[in-house]
Amino acid sequence: MSTTTDAKRKAPAGERVADWADGRLGIYSLAKANMRKIFPDHWSFMLGEICLYSFIIIILTGVYLTLFFHPSMNEVHYHGSYVPMQGIRMTEAYASTLDISFDVRGGLLIRQIHHWAALIFIAGMFVHMMRVFFTGAFRKPREINWLFGFLLFALGMFTGFTGYSLPDDLLSGTGVRFTQGAILSVPIVGTYISMFLFGGEFPGHDIIARFYSIHILLLPGIMLGLVVAHLILVFYHKHTQFPGPGRTNKNVVGMPLLPVYMAKAGGFFFLVFGVIAVIAALFTINPIWALGPYRPDQVSTGAQPDWYMGFAEGLVRVMPGWEINLWGHTLVLGVFIPLVVFGLVLAAIAVYPFIESWITGDKREHHILDRPRNAPTRTALGVAWVTSYMVMLIGGGNDIFATHLHMSINSITWFVRIFYFVGPVIAFIVTKRICMGLQRRDRDKVLHGRESGIIKRLPHGEFVEIHEPLSQSQRYSLTAHEQYEPAEVGPAVDENGVERKLTRGEKLRAKLSKGYFGEGNQVPKATAEEYREISSGHGGHH
Amino acid sequence: MSSNEISDKNLPHEQGSAHGTAVAENPFADPGLPPHKPRIQDVDEQAAKRSERTVALLFTVSMLATIGFIASFVIFPVDEIVYVWPIGHVSATNLSLGLTLGVALFCIGAGAVHWARTLMSDEEFADDRHAIEAAPEVKAKVMTDFADGARESAIGRRPLIRNTMLGALAMVPLSGVVLLRELGPLPEKKLFHTSWKKGLQLINMNTNEPLRPEDVVVGSLTFAKPEGLEEDDEDFNNKIAKDALMIVRIQPQDIKDRRELEWSHEGIVAFSKICTHVGCPISLYEQQTHHVLCPCHQSTFDLSDGARVIFGPAGHPLPQLRIGVNGEGNLEALGDFAEPVGPAFWERG
Repeated sequence: MSTTTDAKRKAPAGERVADWADGRLGIYSLAKANMRKIFPDHWSFMLGEICLYSFIIIILTGVYLTLFFHPSMNEVHYHGSYVPMQGIRMTEAYASTLDISFDVRGGLLIRQIHHWAALIFIAGMFVHMMRVFFTGAFRKPREINWLFGFLLFALGMFTGFTGYSLPDDLLSGTGVRFTQGAILSVPIVGTYISMFLFGGEFPGHDIIARFYSIHILLLPGIMLGLVVAHLILVFYHKHTQFPGPGRTNKNVVGMPLLPVYMAKAGGFFFLVFGVIAVIAALFTINPIWALGPYRPDQVSTGAQPDWYMGFAEGLVRVMPGWEINLWGHTLVLGVFIPLVVFGLVLAAIAVYPFIESWITGDKREHHILDRPRNAPTRTALGVAWVTSYMVMLIGGGNDIFATHLHMSINSITWFVRIFYFVGPVIAFIVTKRICMGLQRRDRDKVLHGRESGIIKRLPHGEFVEIHEPLSQSQRYSLTAHEQYEPAEVGPAVDENGVERKLTRGEKLRAKLSKGYFGEGNQVPKATAEEYREISSGHGGHH
Repeated sequence: MSSNEISDKNLPHEQGSAHGTAVAENPFADPGLPPHKPRIQDVDEQAAKRSERTVALLFTVSMLATIGFIASFVIFPVDEIVYVWPIGHVSATNLSLGLTLGVALFCIGAGAVHWARTLMSDEEFADDRHAIEAAPEVKAKVMTDFADGARESAIGRRPLIRNTMLGALAMVPLSGVVLLRELGPLPEKKLFHTSWKKGLQLINMNTNEPLRPEDVVVGSLTFAKPEGLEEDDEDFNNKIAKDALMIVRIQPQDIKDRRELEWSHEGIVAFSKICTHVGCPISLYEQQTHHVLCPCHQSTFDLSDGARVIFGPAGHPLPQLRIGVNGEGNLEALGDFAEPVGPAFWERG
């Protein structure tokens, strides 16, 4: 023993631990591939990090809350330290939430961090998905990761809903009642689903315990798996990057994981956590003590769900109360249609990448991001979707808008009914025009240079503005994007004069392709010939 | 295949085709990564020292904040309320714990990010990407392996095994589905009935006393429950979710609906309080118009006209309970509701 150690230096403790782990886990091979992995930098790439970190914060604080929360609908008389509720009958769920808020030191803080982090988590996913959508980062090879992200967003909404329903306060109980009413509207099986979910008639004695296991076990378990898969794919695909000098579809330009991203991303976790803690210290969220315990015959005005359920609330509020009674059955369209539209609005997000790749017919990998202006139709569709979503948020808060802005609730509701259809069309047209305008400006900048603000008077009296030519990097960045040509269905007859059979799908694809890439739907980018022609000689006039 | 029919000419040229051409020839060619510009900290050790001190200060503030957190936890009683301008009266524990925790966390983050931005190298590197798709020879090997495996399993040659296996696998989850049957009872006719029946007195929700006609004055809105239902009952919530009543008095000549008038007692009408939209309890009453509004989704009903829906998403009127007066002069029900209360459902008809 001693003879061999004399020859070799004794490895430091850290290295010996790493050796031990490598012999069992193979960590050196893993580190070789990843330790100095390059990540591109852009402020919008941190949106996903906000989601990841708030998810971690939610899990940490959620575990703490389970130590004190009793998911039980057994009724008790409250005898805690919150005086206004003394002696009032309530479920153990509500009473233990009061205890967390008033009798556990730091309990209120953790509850508020948990709730704020949930709101930020879903808002973060919303904005992160917009970033991915508008820059085309969902294209091959990332369609599956888009689906993972979509599932996280959808499951996040339901996890949030089951979570804020747990305290069994008057507001959340009303939300559960609304859900039960919506379930009843489902044709044929609605009453069965309701009876099975609630263990009998509403509200029963089971729903809190069932929501509890869904909220803390089932949904977060699935979400944790999806988050891990999402991150593995981000690592495996390597991050996308914006066009720029030295950045191609075949490389990834940025700074290494160790040390820069370790410090930046690790530090960012603490920044997010710190900001959420300060928000939770300063701003009350969901003051269940002010609402009182749930009773099915009581309600408060201004009842609102958490923001991410607002568009579903809006759909339900503005839908006309259609009911069809036929052959002894009732089709509750007034509630069921909003339920279906809710699903379709979300499904539209999930399927978009596949629709776009079908239209373009593009089977190549894309690692360079689109600037939103360079994909006018996609950008316009996205803005139209967001517009319809926002209009429905107004619908979901129609009572709040009415009372705060002193407007008629009926006119707000009618506004939403009309603008849910008209708004997206206007948004589509306006966005597309703006994108085209920006494309035109890019083209002008590339060909004629940047407006310098310097006015020159020519000998014959004419005033012109001096344009400064762009640098090679700027010219490259502004012309690096690809432009598709619209797909053609080809001639109606083949070379033998026989009529070609075109399927309806092919005709549709050609039509959509024209709408995306046809004349008037994108501005042809500057070509080298145009540039040379303009920059050689007659420079003064434009 | 549609891709055969439609030419792929619409695909743009492979990006970066300009590569290799001299920059001078192509004004739009990629000039390559720009040279690294040193920061002040890279060239000036004084500046680097300043950054170092800033980072260390942030980490120190974090430590102090954690000590502050522990101190606040010990010092402030859980029920202490303090006034803090401009947020008002707040829990001292919540405010102090939250702010100290927030500062402790934020300063770690700010320190780490400042360190990364000013002192760690900010030189950009390019890493190569590799195609996700496997090379053709890899794919060929996998296909052969798969074919070998499939052949050795003989799954194609012995369809009996395959079919029975698929059948077994398809059927075994049914056990799980069957187990879910225990989640709750069948709907049967449960949603069609409430506790109301002939002879049950209407109990004022506020006083817990039987309602008398003279208690109900024009313009007031009274909530009632059936006699015998007490708040301490085990199934109070389930019962009240269907039994809750709204009582108003309307001048008989103002009642437009003939059946409503018949089912009233001298203009006193009793309607289900549970909204027919998705089941919120209705609570807002306009005494001049006799409109009631559900605060959840703003369905509006005209109580002087058979509780007809006049606005909002509800699909049918509120059910009315037929009432009369018993021997003691108290209001009583003359039977159950004629139709199910609350939200509509498939079997409602």
